[in-house]
Amino acid sequence: MSDLTAATLEYATRLGDDALVLGHRISEWCSNGPFLEEDLALSNVALDYIGRARMYYTYAAELAGGGKTEDDFAYTRDAREFRNLLIHELPRGDFAYTMVRQLLVDVFNLLYLEALTQSADANLAAIAHKAIKETRYHLRRSKEWVLRLGDGTAESHKRTQRAVDALWGYTHELFEIDALEQSLAEVGIGVNNTGLRPAWLAQVSAILSEATLTVPKDDWAVRGGRVGYHTENLGHLLTELQFLHRAYPGLKW
Amino acid sequence: MANLELYEVFVRSRRGLDHKHVGSLHAQDAEQALEYARDCYTRRSEGVSIWVVRSRDICASQEDDSASFYDPSDDKPYRHALYYQLPDAVNNM
Repeated sequence: MSDLTAATLEYATRLGDDALVLGHRISEWCSNGPFLEEDLALSNVALDYIGRARMYYTYAAELAGGGKTEDDFAYTRDAREFRNLLIHELPRGDFAYTMVRQLLVDVFNLLYLEALTQSADANLAAIAHKAIKETRYHLRRSKEWVLRLGDGTAESHKRTQRAVDALWGYTHELFEIDALEQSLAEVGIGVNNTGLRPAWLAQVSAILSEATLTVPKDDWAVRGGRVGYHTENLGHLLTELQFLHRAYPGLKW
Repeated sequence: MANLELYEVFVRSRRGLDHKHVGSLHAQDAEQALEYARDCYTRRSEGVSIWVVRSRDICASQEDDSASFYDPSDDKPYRHALYYQLPDAVNNM
């Protein structure tokens, strides 16, 4: 396997991890939503993410060869081998927390996927083209909810601001790059995410301000997802996500 | 949630067809009702256009009115096409 193939394989896996872990988190709302319609809507978003994870993993499996499948990536790797950014694995919290995280991630994803549609790698570009349509809809939802909750009752405002403050330190990692992603960005395959922050901050700040929320100071940051250093939450998430496959390897529905 | 309202959802599945009533849902306002309609009723790309209407804005005829609304038609068979004998020359109409 060439260095470039190996790097692309790792890159596709990382993006798949981001999608799978967040998709699983959102899926935890299924049957726990605040009301039926929102329950359905959130479950749809979760399915979009899980579908996205499947596309990235299927491509990674194709690059890996040797009969690997998407399931190998989702179900047989341990927490330290997952490369998702930390913001995706944090517990779902209350509804305000979930919607604030979606807003922060949706604005980022829109910018990121727009860049990825220009990828020199046809498969990654195709995945981005499909995913970006979903993301536009996700953002429409999360933006509306943050406006509604932030500018809602005293209680909803308090919870929404608390969520923004609790999540802010996890957003810096979205705009950091390591040598592998740098090398892929240089050959036009990967996205150079370091330049996306000004646009992201402008959009997020405008929405938070409109929602009467305060944009936090950049005085703390947590990182480590891309090298496999995770919060304690990922292990618990994987326990549930991987249980069936680990207990009954190769089980078919 | 206390401040949810009931909306009726109408979906037009193809250009040229009418909007059809597909069901109802709860939402806080019309904009949100449109989004939920998309999630609840058009996931398999059934729609090209969605209308939502607050259920309370629909003025519906009442069961009690049926005597005065519909019964008078019963003794006016000439209002139905079947009343008329078609000449043999007209095969189809």
